[in-house]
Amino acid sequence: MALRLVMGNEAVAQGALAAGCDFFAGYPITPATEILEEMARLLPPRGGVFLQMEDELGAMAAVIGAAWGGARAMTATSGPGFTLMQEHIGYAAITQTPCVVVDAQRSGPSTGQPTLPSQGDVMQARFGTHGDRPALALTASSVRGAYDRTRLAFTLAERHRLPAVLLLDAVVSHMREPVDLPPPPPPARRTFAALPSGAPRFGPRAPFVPFGVGEPTVVTGLAHGPTGATGGGSGAFTADTLRAVGEALAADPDVAAAVEAYRTEDADLLLVAFGITARAAREAVDRLRREGTRAGLLDLGVLWPFPAAAVAQAAERARAVVVAELNLGQLTLAVEAAVAGRAPVYPLLRADGGLLEPEAISRFAQGAATGEARAAKEAMAGA
Amino acid sequence: MPRLGVDVDCYLKTEALPTVWCPGCGNGTVVQALALALARLGRPPEEVAVVGGIGCSGRTPFYVRTHAMHTTHGRALAFATGLKLARPSLTVVVATGDGDLLAIGTNHFLHAARRNVDLTVLLFNNGIYGMTGGQMAPTTPEGGRTTTSLAGSAERPFDAVELAMAAGATYVARTTTFDMQELPLRIEEAIRHPGFALVEVITQCPTYFGRLNRIGEAPEMLLWERDHTEDLHGAGEGLALPALTTGVFRQERRTEYTEAYRALCAARGGRYGDE
Repeated sequence: MALRLVMGNEAVAQGALAAGCDFFAGYPITPATEILEEMARLLPPRGGVFLQMEDELGAMAAVIGAAWGGARAMTATSGPGFTLMQEHIGYAAITQTPCVVVDAQRSGPSTGQPTLPSQGDVMQARFGTHGDRPALALTASSVRGAYDRTRLAFTLAERHRLPAVLLLDAVVSHMREPVDLPPPPPPARRTFAALPSGAPRFGPRAPFVPFGVGEPTVVTGLAHGPTGATGGGSGAFTADTLRAVGEALAADPDVAAAVEAYRTEDADLLLVAFGITARAAREAVDRLRREGTRAGLLDLGVLWPFPAAAVAQAAERARAVVVAELNLGQLTLAVEAAVAGRAPVYPLLRADGGLLEPEAISRFAQGAATGEARAAKEAMAGA
Repeated sequence: MPRLGVDVDCYLKTEALPTVWCPGCGNGTVVQALALALARLGRPPEEVAVVGGIGCSGRTPFYVRTHAMHTTHGRALAFATGLKLARPSLTVVVATGDGDLLAIGTNHFLHAARRNVDLTVLLFNNGIYGMTGGQMAPTTPEGGRTTTSLAGSAERPFDAVELAMAAGATYVARTTTFDMQELPLRIEEAIRHPGFALVEVITQCPTYFGRLNRIGEAPEMLLWERDHTEDLHGAGEGLALPALTTGVFRQERRTEYTEAYRALCAARGGRYGDE
């Protein structure tokens, strides 16, 4: 055991190396910059590629190009950069390119408050690209979580051949905690087996084989068939592929396992949160318990695909569900849909760059449980 | 195609023909010249990647039998940079148009040239947006008629050669689809060149540029290319019309980016490369 004080963004870099990441392209942006700096420091001695691009569009494009060059590739950014990356996240989805994008969320919209946290990219992570695609968005509420979820992001990106997003926030990115992280494994050359001639290159079960291995491959952002070539003027193969990838992702037990339940066994007051807000909500649960309220928390380590079954199951016993998030109700929409009337849902929202502190969450949740918030909500609905 | 004693079919996806390009379009001439250059260099198709952007020229990846990536509008060079850095043993050629490279993608063009990454850029310059139906491009000549400049463009066009030189490209050439003997030679030189290489090819778009500017169909446009260009070394001098200069403007050695990166890694104990 060697505990060391580690910053969330450093843990992301360590998690990436542990996953075998050997290519990073990025552009400086607060509060994600330390990931870029760490990768610039760590990759060259391992023979990995660090590339500082001219903008975030280029960074995401380079990541996809590198993935097709056989690299385990990632980038890291914040809200404004994440917006610029959306076109290429869509390209990665339609071309079934495994890669990882870390978004350290900051207060927005636009330049907003660069050093202050936010959770305003929840829907951008799901619906930011044009067209429909499978979306994977993981989160973390601790430094250790940032390390573990970065590794998981690579695992799931490769297993399902898609761009995996890790949503952090300015506080989780910048806070330091004592953690014991194993030293990264030595760099290892990846090997790929060439596909037999004519074997499908694309589709829900087609393995990812990069350029330079076996017969030439064509990759396109146009709708295509199993060989990658366009033809027939039909988008059916691509649409079916993306749907099947989304279904396989939603059924993946490692996705469901990313939801952390805290004291929910007997809870009749359910809190739902993620990231730094979940950390505060954990403390709020303890306070409520001390006051005699049976509160519990679902810390959503995954937002997309939305863990609807876990939320619905926990809501089964609840008198009230409280969603706490640093935006104006993005996750709330998904929670309301999953709870589906089993209990009233009360959103506790903040989008001014400030945090939701344990005291504020416990007070609001107590109100929800005792009916004060309920009365206020019903009055609003009736107005 | 003149019989030059080399087989180019192994680089071309003949089953994908006919192309999406209009009759008389110059793009096929450039692709044929690329295949000829690769054949003369003897590069095996599986060690070559062709990366295209969006637009008519961006469709090139569908007609070559190499690894091929048809990317997004303006960003082909950024994809190609990532690909080349991840697999430096690949020969990477970028097929791009004037709208793709010099409007939406200018940023990546300048920076790839600055880094001197070993990429060969084939700029298909037809002076107009063909795929979307003939709009004004950053290369449309002053006074040039397009669907968004029916009275003639009031803008000064970009000069890709000047931009590339200023940004630090180490091989810079311009030629035309009229110059059928020179074109594959330039591409061959550019691919052989270790560093960022630009071959600007003035090519004809008879469907839009030719009609809107009353130049005519493909044969007249090729003659127009002949009459509007003069060689760097003086051939064609004395033309009455304002001329574009063709030839090799720069060919010099400067440390190539993957070489520089390999040295950077080595200095810190790392082994970079896929050999």
